[in-house]
Amino acid sequence: MTEVVQRPAPAIPHGQAPARPLPPATIVPLQGLPIVGAVVIFLVVAIAGNWLWALGFSHVVGGALWTGIDLFVGFVVGPIMGRMSIPARVEFSARFMPVMLLLMPTLVTMTLAPGWQLARHLGYLDAGYPHHGWLVASYIVVGVMATIAIGVLEPANLAVLFELRKPQPNGELIAKLMQRFVYTAGITGAMQVATLIIMTYIATH
Amino acid sequence: MIRKLPPVAETALASMVLVIVGTIYLAANIANDPSLVVPVALDVVAVLLLLVATVVVSRIDDFAWRIFFVVARWALLGYLVIAGMIEFVFIRDNTPSAQLATLTAGLVVFVLDVTLILAFSVARYQPSDY
Repeated sequence: MTEVVQRPAPAIPHGQAPARPLPPATIVPLQGLPIVGAVVIFLVVAIAGNWLWALGFSHVVGGALWTGIDLFVGFVVGPIMGRMSIPARVEFSARFMPVMLLLMPTLVTMTLAPGWQLARHLGYLDAGYPHHGWLVASYIVVGVMATIAIGVLEPANLAVLFELRKPQPNGELIAKLMQRFVYTAGITGAMQVATLIIMTYIATH
Repeated sequence: MIRKLPPVAETALASMVLVIVGTIYLAANIANDPSLVVPVALDVVAVLLLLVATVVVSRIDDFAWRIFFVVARWALLGYLVIAGMIEFVFIRDNTPSAQLATLTAGLVVFVLDVTLILAFSVARYQPSDY
């Protein structure tokens, strides 16, 4: 996805808006990859060493950001975008979506892998654990979110970014694909609220 | 005008859902030496659906294969890292070999499903010479 011709930004005369939003130079923001690499190394060390603090830190920070960003995007950014003009919406998406493409899978990995390890250490995986049902509910919530994020949202996100790189992007197609964000925001939001309820219940009982 | 194509992404998505359901079932019972019949059956159906989707996409005429493989390569790399991390946790936890094999098979199908969904979803809207 980085096999993209680097296009120099056209010179814009002072006070004049560009004819149309500039497409992203690369679909994956390459400058973020070292940070992702550092996170992956941190996770490997934490899991290999069964480093409880690091596992807890990663799970809590990753989960909080994942939930917070999902809710913020779904219920704050999404409706604002819906009221923007089409060119403004497209320009915002062209800059916002590549970041999400790198950020969200990193946060999901930061949350899930140490979360499983923590649950094992704390005995939550045992069927005898009194709140085992709550944990299973959290698996189901993650499964629903993964299906929506990976099967519905991410393909649309990528397709929009590639469409924006065309000399003449298809506005009808972009609008159609971006409708998916509107349709799924409610489900994702409900799942994230369920996650908050489950995790705070488990942490306090 | 948006071109109509066979439901490749939908078929791969159904395969992915089956893998997720099987993995949730196994994860929920992992401490009890669970029966592997349900997750293995779900994995087998998921593999069949993935094969169907792969065959169907390979038979599409005038398709943007170059961009399909560019996206597929990067998606495969990204999701291999994620799946590898999860696999690492299972191995680190000394998950019994039968359960580990089932979970690994599910992860492999999951990664291939995601790769196919992402690559097809991008390439379908691109001109065939792209």
